[in-house]
Amino acid sequence: MKDPVDVLIIGAGASGAAVAWSLAETKMHILCLEQGGWMNPAEYPSTGRDWEAKFYGEWSSSPNVRGRPEDYPINDDNSPIKVVNYNAVGGSTVMYTAHWPRLHPSDFKVKTLDGVADDWPIDYEALTPFFEENDRMMGTSGLSGDPLSPLTHPPMPQQPMGLSGAIISKAMNKLGWHWWPSDTTVATMDYEGRARCINLGHCTPACAQGAKSSTDITYWPHAIRAGVELRTHCRVREITTDENGMASGVVYYDKDGIEQFQPAHVVVIACNGVGTPRLLLNSASGRFPNGLANSSGLVGKNLMFHPYAQIYGYVKEPTDSNRAPPTCLWSKQWYDTDLSRGFVRGYGVQFVRGAGPVFEAVVSEQKGILPWGEDHHRVFRKLNGHRLGFSAICEDLPEEHNRVTLDPVLKDSHGIPAPKVDYTISENSRKMMEHALARGREFLETAGASDICVNSPIPWGGWHLLGTARMGTDPERSVVNEWGRAHDVKNLFIVDGSIFVTSGGVNPTSTIQALALYIADQMKQRLANLFD
Amino acid sequence: MSADNQLTRRQRDDLRAIAAMIIPASDEYKVPGADDPAIQADMLATLGRDTKLVAAALDHLARLARGPLAELDAARRDAVVHEFRKNGGVAAATLVRVVLQCYYRNDRVLSSLGLELRAPFPKGHVLPEGDWSLLDPVKARGGSLRRPP
Repeated sequence: MKDPVDVLIIGAGASGAAVAWSLAETKMHILCLEQGGWMNPAEYPSTGRDWEAKFYGEWSSSPNVRGRPEDYPINDDNSPIKVVNYNAVGGSTVMYTAHWPRLHPSDFKVKTLDGVADDWPIDYEALTPFFEENDRMMGTSGLSGDPLSPLTHPPMPQQPMGLSGAIISKAMNKLGWHWWPSDTTVATMDYEGRARCINLGHCTPACAQGAKSSTDITYWPHAIRAGVELRTHCRVREITTDENGMASGVVYYDKDGIEQFQPAHVVVIACNGVGTPRLLLNSASGRFPNGLANSSGLVGKNLMFHPYAQIYGYVKEPTDSNRAPPTCLWSKQWYDTDLSRGFVRGYGVQFVRGAGPVFEAVVSEQKGILPWGEDHHRVFRKLNGHRLGFSAICEDLPEEHNRVTLDPVLKDSHGIPAPKVDYTISENSRKMMEHALARGREFLETAGASDICVNSPIPWGGWHLLGTARMGTDPERSVVNEWGRAHDVKNLFIVDGSIFVTSGGVNPTSTIQALALYIADQMKQRLANLFD
Repeated sequence: MSADNQLTRRQRDDLRAIAAMIIPASDEYKVPGADDPAIQADMLATLGRDTKLVAAALDHLARLARGPLAELDAARRDAVVHEFRKNGGVAAATLVRVVLQCYYRNDRVLSSLGLELRAPFPKGHVLPEGDWSLLDPVKARGGSLRRPP
């Protein structure tokens, strides 16, 4: 029998790392179990000549394609958007684009403002100090003062505009539309032991330079120095409960595949919008027959992905291709509700600088714009290094039929039931996507682009996994309360994207981590009566 | 034979033939075709997890062609390939992707495109900083955030 720990955190990704670091100052015994291992930047794709080919195999963003021992399978056959994630110390921050917008103040009160979905039980102001703290810890770059975004104070200057940014900004200016340099977690100068960005190329499949912020190189070194214990290659099967209905610990498989029980006084789940409901549903028991913390019946429901409406084309001038981080500028022109557009809520836009030669060839052949035969070479030279893209991140509203359940057949390598995703794109989202594609086409035509192609939705675009254990004050309509504690289990907390009430129209990681720090702060303030 | 990272002689012949149809050599651009021996060797050496699907695609191609692809006349070959592309599914797409990913990392091909023959790390790339005065109109227009009451 292992000694109990004070706090057991499940998952060492974006939110698990943040909450571990924040709680470390309490000097409690904090243990984090992570199913993946530490990454080795020397093995990242950009260190090899075959860097692009790796995206189609061991470095695919899809766990189903990647199939590493650290991954678990996901049945997403019944979804037009496929789940992408990464399982390691650092979680999906190892494999994200480092785009760093925040939810807007209006995103927390959509019911009040637009009469749809639900308001969050907290507001933007409650998170403001934690956004700031998180930006310092992750190390952000950007330009303060965007009139259409929440005020931020990035400690590093924005990324260079590059060739693509110049073309994008001129076209947006011609149209009179808003654009601004993106806040990112790409270090543009040496920062806290991290070397500055040298433009290795697309940031998504990990950064060999260490310029892209992932929690294995930001929060975790600090948390471990402060005494947090991190056990890797430990996959949690279920959370156990005692006779009082309190979480008593977890059953997990260690690096040798041996089943272990780790008792704990407090359990914190940080597995994001698919992993968290999977774990709660796999923790069903006699006392909690429908899954742990699921008296509301909402565990797994209200999955929100952010359908991406992407449109791209090819300009005559050279673009940055793969010679830069993929994101440089954003637009919030269509972020807020304007009912004349035919839908509620809105979308953010992230512009795309270009693509590498292999990706360009493969995708263009599939799209039918790159021919086989003699004309292949001429057309490829017209396309390669000339791509410019416009990607709309459409706000997904919560709908209970979009959900994560347990697959009755599919299991991971430890025999644990795998998650199953059922998801459809709503009519409101479809109208939003059509609107975005029309604006994107105007933008591309103004930039002088031809051979315009559409991905709507981006099929392998399920990066943002939100809403499946939502927060709220009403135990019948939410899974956790306004400070992240499960309504049903008073020593169980959830700190990841699953507690989002609505999704906003931006990448969520900044807000996920601010929420994790906010919840950790709430826990610290209530240590004397945490379970009351 | 097809499951252990190897293809049969017949499959290799058909792979070479279809690769040349996808990307033929070009005197104009001074590049080899995708049937070039070095590029073919790269494909065979790095098939890895794609082996099964590529072998399946080549078997499908063989069934359509009813013989070695290279021995068909041009019209018949085009008809076979048309059918292969139309109904080949994931296996056909994988085969085409393997051809393209090996072709577009070949030294002669990258040189002809003016690309450096190296991994991105550790040298990286240099980006122009750009003219940030382009932001002036955006700043001048201003705007405000929508706020809840």
